[in-house]
Amino acid sequence: MTSTPATPPPTIGSGHEGSARAQIVDYFRAIRQGEMGALPAIGGFIVLVILFTFLSSSFLTPLNLANLLTQSATLMMLAMALVFVILLGEIDLSAGVTSGVTASIFVVLVHNSHVPWQLSLIVAFGVGIAIGTFIGFFVARVGIPSFVVTLGLFLGFQGLQLLIIGTGGAYRIETPEIAAIMNSNLPILTGWIFFAVAILLALSISLWDRARRSKAGVLNRPIVLMWGRLAAITVAGALFVALMSVDRAASRGTLNGVEIKHDAIEGVPIVVPIAVAILWIGTFVLDRTRYGRHLYAVGGNAEAARRAGIKVAAIRLSAFVVCSGLAVVAGLFDASRIGVVTASSGGQIVLSGVAAAVVGGVSLFGGRGRLIHAAIGALVIAVISNGLGLLGLPAGVNFLVTGGVLILAATIDALSRKRAGGSILR
Amino acid sequence: MDVPIIELSAVEKSFGPVEVLKGVNLRAYSGKVTALVGDNGAGKSTLVKGLAGVQPFDAGVITFAGEPVALHTPRAAAALGIEVVYQDLALCENLDIVQNMFLGREETSAGTMDEGVMERQASETLQSLSVRTVKSVRQKVSSLSGGQRQTVAIARSVLKNAKVVILDEPTAALGVAQTEQVLNLVRRLADSGVAVIIISHNLVDVFKVADYISVLYLGQMVASLETKDTNSEDVVGYITGIKKFEGTHA
Repeated sequence: MTSTPATPPPTIGSGHEGSARAQIVDYFRAIRQGEMGALPAIGGFIVLVILFTFLSSSFLTPLNLANLLTQSATLMMLAMALVFVILLGEIDLSAGVTSGVTASIFVVLVHNSHVPWQLSLIVAFGVGIAIGTFIGFFVARVGIPSFVVTLGLFLGFQGLQLLIIGTGGAYRIETPEIAAIMNSNLPILTGWIFFAVAILLALSISLWDRARRSKAGVLNRPIVLMWGRLAAITVAGALFVALMSVDRAASRGTLNGVEIKHDAIEGVPIVVPIAVAILWIGTFVLDRTRYGRHLYAVGGNAEAARRAGIKVAAIRLSAFVVCSGLAVVAGLFDASRIGVVTASSGGQIVLSGVAAAVVGGVSLFGGRGRLIHAAIGALVIAVISNGLGLLGLPAGVNFLVTGGVLILAATIDALSRKRAGGSILR
Repeated sequence: MDVPIIELSAVEKSFGPVEVLKGVNLRAYSGKVTALVGDNGAGKSTLVKGLAGVQPFDAGVITFAGEPVALHTPRAAAALGIEVVYQDLALCENLDIVQNMFLGREETSAGTMDEGVMERQASETLQSLSVRTVKSVRQKVSSLSGGQRQTVAIARSVLKNAKVVILDEPTAALGVAQTEQVLNLVRRLADSGVAVIIISHNLVDVFKVADYISVLYLGQMVASLETKDTNSEDVVGYITGIKKFEGTHA
């Protein structure tokens, strides 16, 4: 044996040591090594916003920003739902029709059977969870590829929806609580209270993390980084709430020199706190619970997870249940925004959801990606259609540009990984 | 001679009509490295799977620290402190070192994972094995070399008070320098009081690191020797069946 050196072995780092400056340098090094995360999508979003601001005077207005949010909310919810299965390297092509079918069931129950809306909502979620369990059973227990199972449901559920709604039928959403999601706004004060609660929650969790790490006797990052991050969130959030607090009703013109206006439209759209809460809870589960860790592990290496004692089949099944459950929320969002549920609701949106997740930096090979990535990806796709719509370009251009952005995003991701010498697969 | 921490006596295992293990005896001692060698098909993997509780033996007696025990499930083996590091390392590349070491047995407090506690224990385990090759315990496994991955897999196995660690071909895929690192690690592992059973085809490695050598030949333990009492030529003879071992098994 070699003799042991006299000096004690150097301590192994944890990436938390060093000054704030060193931490920031490390962060940029990780990005150069291919850990780009959502950065390309954020960059793309900023470029698109600047571009459309110059091209259209009505783009960067509070009214259009509120529109953009409600336009993107359905896609955002569906993309976040899909993240749970995409993290496992699986796919759920039926997420869109699941949202359509459950919205149909909801609206038909309320309309035709006069079931209270709360009960109808519970039934809709129950059906969503049953669909997820069904998919999960066939994928995890029977062993059919998820692509095939969910393709079957994608085809079948379009028929089911046709049977529920009736050919050419359409049901208006007449439940004020559901219609309010996309069409009403929080009172201004409530918006600010919601904002304050969110910031306080973020602050207390950051402090709790640091306290736990100190108690365990490991280093924390310099606290200035925490304050910096919180300050950035606070400024961005406050700016957003302030913008949404401005009356964004369009002017109807002037009469005898006095401006005539519609009723005031002001306050944060109700969908925003709902979407933020789901994003936050989902991220909390994925990042901080054993369940979330096991989901990433199964997506990274299912065999390793199995040997570590993780119940791989149960994790797979649960992911499809979560996906279908969140797809129900997406269906309600869509119904609320459009105001009607038709036989084709939710039919075409699922591939846009997959595209949103990929644009945001979620890997289709599994094991890599976060909910916020899907949300940002959905914003990018929504801003393209919103901006091109304002420019009066035909819908065909919108599809072409969206497709191009998807391929561009995937290319940036692949090249950054290739340059770093890593596997292109992950 | 000490009591072996684990001892197999006359264990047998058949798959249908094929007898793979025909009454095998094996001993491993705390603080010692026991090499298990033998040609392909000699029954090494079957022996390891039996020890891990993955494929229980059909017959035979297993004693652990002098007590007879049953190894019918992986859980039973893990409860005794028997850990196996398989050849294909079973690490998740998308997770970091701490996350891999604690996979399936994460420390939690208040319902959420306690990253600080896990990070400290992972660092301590790596330091107790004098691992100097990894920079940060928060590195992703995808960024590690083959030797570093082997190190993480071994450190994972000893994280929770392992008594017996079985290493399946730990140096098979490694270059010269990394093989050296891993062999040093194996030695330190044994020096820390763990009984190490190492399976290897490479006799140079075996002679470098092992205290005892057990040779399997067609399902039988044909020789169990102290490394210092034998040489490479004899061991090759036992492995290939050319030479017969005479004398008492160590």
